[in-house]
Order: sequence, then C-alpha cells, then structure tokens
Amino acid sequence: MPLLEFSCQLQYPSGFRAEPAFVTEAPVTALFGPSGSGKTSILSMIAGLRRPDAGFIRLGARLLFDSRTGANLPPEKRRVGYVFQDHLLFPHLDVRGNLLYGWRRRARAARAVDFDKVVRVLELADLLKRLPQSLSGGQRQRVALGRGLLCGPELLLLDEPLSSVDDELKQRVLDYIRRVLEEWRVPTLYVTHNPAEARQMAGWVVRIDQGRVSAAGRPEQVLTEV
Amino acid sequence: MSESFLGLTAEDWQAVWLSVRVSLAAVALSLPFGVAAGWVLARKSFPGKALAETLLNLPLVMPPVVTGLLLLYLLGKRGWIGSWLYHWFGLEIALTWRAAVLAVAVMGFPLMVRAIRLAFEGTDPRLYQAARSLGARPLDAFLTVSLPLARNGVIAGIVLSFARGLGEFGATLMFAGIRPETRMLAIEVYILNNQPGAAYEERMWRLVAASALLAFAALAASEHFARRGRRHASA
Repeated sequence: MPLLEFSCQLQYPSGFRAEPAFVTEAPVTALFGPSGSGKTSILSMIAGLRRPDAGFIRLGARLLFDSRTGANLPPEKRRVGYVFQDHLLFPHLDVRGNLLYGWRRRARAARAVDFDKVVRVLELADLLKRLPQSLSGGQRQRVALGRGLLCGPELLLLDEPLSSVDDELKQRVLDYIRRVLEEWRVPTLYVTHNPAEARQMAGWVVRIDQGRVSAAGRPEQVLTEV
Repeated sequence: MSESFLGLTAEDWQAVWLSVRVSLAAVALSLPFGVAAGWVLARKSFPGKALAETLLNLPLVMPPVVTGLLLLYLLGKRGWIGSWLYHWFGLEIALTWRAAVLAVAVMGFPLMVRAIRLAFEGTDPRLYQAARSLGARPLDAFLTVSLPLARNGVIAGIVLSFARGLGEFGATLMFAGIRPETRMLAIEVYILNNQPGAAYEERMWRLVAASALLAFAALAASEHFARRGRRHASA
C-alpha cells in the first residue's frame, strides 16, 4: 500500500487552477518546484486546513478526504505534523508549552515520541523557558520541528524549513532534520525550491509546476535538467 | 457633614457602590455574548453581516431613552418577550434591578464587542489552525490559543463597557425607573440637581467628582490593556 496518495483540484480566487496528483512510498519525498507553484497548498490540503474542490487524499490505510463520499477528517484527527514555513509558534507559550501542545492532546498510549529525547536530539534544553519571540530563526525552526514531531504524526510536513535560517546555519538545521528523520523514521513530505536540498534529503522527488505534477521519480531522474 | 471616607458620605458611597455592582453584573451577563460576537465578526463572513453589525452598534448612536423605551416594550410585563417570561416563569424584568443590569449591558455591548473584535482581528488566524493541526478540537483551540492571544483586548472591552455602565442614565431611567435599587450615580446626580438647597448641591458635586474619577481610571485601564494587546500582537 502506498504511503500517501494525493489527487486534488483547487481553484484559487485569482483564477489559477491547481490539479496536483501523485503517489509516494518513499520515507522522505520532496515536493520540488518554484515558489507560487502550489506546494504549500498541497500541505494545507493534507493537513485539513484547506478544503480541495474535488479529489481524494489517502494516508496509509486512512482516507483523509474524498469529495465523492464527502469524507473529510478534521485537522485534529489527521495526525499530521505540520511544520509551517513561518513556524507559527504560539507567542503566549514558552518553548516547553509549544513543544507539549500536541503531545498533551495525544492519547497516553499513542505517545510514541519521547519528550526528553526530542529535547536532547534537537538540543532544546536551554531554550525550554524562553518565549518564541526571543529565539533566532534557527532556534524557532528546531522548536517547530520538535512540536510537530511530538504530536505523534504519521506524516511530517516540512515547508521550506531553511527559508528563515541564515546561510551559515542552513547545513546545521539540515543535520538536525536528518537526525530526527533517522531517529524516529516518520514519513515526511519536504517542500523546497532548492534542487540541492531536495537531492540531499529525499529519496523521491515530485516536481510541481503551475499547480501540476510535471515529473516524479528518484532525485537523479527528476533533478538532472535543473 | 456626616462621617466620610475620601470625602464621600455613606450615602454617596451607596450610589457609587450600586453603580459598580450593576455595571459588574451587566459585564458578567454580556461577556460570553461579547466574546462570541467579537469572534464571529472578526473571523466569519455570512449573509447579513453588515445588518448584524448595524443592529449591534445601534445603542451607540440611538438616544439611550429610545433604547430604554424599546427594552420596556419588549420586556415589560405586557411586552412581546416580557409577557411570555412573566407568564411562564413569573419573571419580572422591567422596573426592577434586573432592568437596570440589562439596560446597562445593552448600552455597553457595542463597546465591548468592538474591543474584542479588534483583538481577534489582530491575531493570526493561522495560529488557531496550527493548534487544530496539533490535535486540538475547535473549542479547545479557541480557549487555549485564540482567546489567550486576544486577552488584552477582552480585558479592554470589559473595562470599557464597565466604565460606560457606571454612567448609564437614559436607558436605565426608562426601563428600570427611579427606585431605591436603581439610584446609580448618574440618576442620583440628576435627582440631586433638581432639589433646592446647598446640601443637595454639595452632595451632587461630590458625586460628579466621583463619576469623573471612576471614568478616568477605567478609561486609563482600558487604554493600558489595549496598548499591551497591540504590542503583544506585533511581537
């Protein structure tokens, strides 16, 4: 059974029409394409924050959305860890409160991810009492990653995780992400416009152009002409 | 002059205290509706929204006496709703302390909703979405993310409508009448002004000073919280 099946149509108010469709079985799949091609919308639809006009989304054995049957799981039931491009950390909670927000809402028995271990792997111990406003871009990214991970997701959605990080820190953040993926083996969709990043992180690349999938395959197949 | 505290006699304090009590009760009564209305106006669009907003703001611009009169006709013993309440529950509203609370609540409601709505509009709706995505049901996400982020605006709205209620006169007079349990600050000042004699006049000016002071303090507090809210939102 494929890990993720996605086939949706979405009409933007501007008239732009997106019809991305892809299937993936890879542990880490890159959604690769120029900005404005509709990559983030795909994540929003998977997370249940944006309703497609038509189509279906299947995560493993679970149907998240199907316009024909009217199935539409609310976001809190999708078990998707969305790490937003601008992080969206809760400004009124400290780092610990942010990290534990999803963890506390997960059934005790289903808490597969250990808080202390996340803090150790992402090196967050010194930040736990800080408020998000006082953190650097790289630190926020680590907190957002930890928060998404701790909600115990079956799929992790990473939206341009390096966009708010200074150049000299980009490789360090990538190392953190790679450590997390190796440690917990959560299937991941990795959105990026950078071919080097896609090549480095993903075993499968889905190329998006103007709202459609223009190519899909192994990194060396899809990214050669870039 | 009888024994006094801060220059006010026991009788003066009674008027102040009654105003505070009625206004507090009115705020408590209207707060859940104020939060709900502020949230809906900030986040939802629906047919008839403009009309709903206009109706909501009507007490702000309509003569308070007219608002009080409408309340009296709606909720009086023979009014549309009042007759029904009286028949089924034996509940009398008009010309009781309940009427004073309700009149004050209605008059302060637009101010409360405006402050709360602005606070919700100043917070990123995507934070609510992030909370949902992390496993929070709608009410949970609202109570743990949206409401705390808007709390300074909610407090500003509470203080503002409370302050507005302290000085309520017209609607209360029409709907609750002049009775011992409705002799709040403004009504007391009005009564005293119509009495001849230096003692009455002296007392009236004390109450005027007390009103002005209370209003000043409440406004300053509401501004303080509104400013803190804006700073919080932009951080």
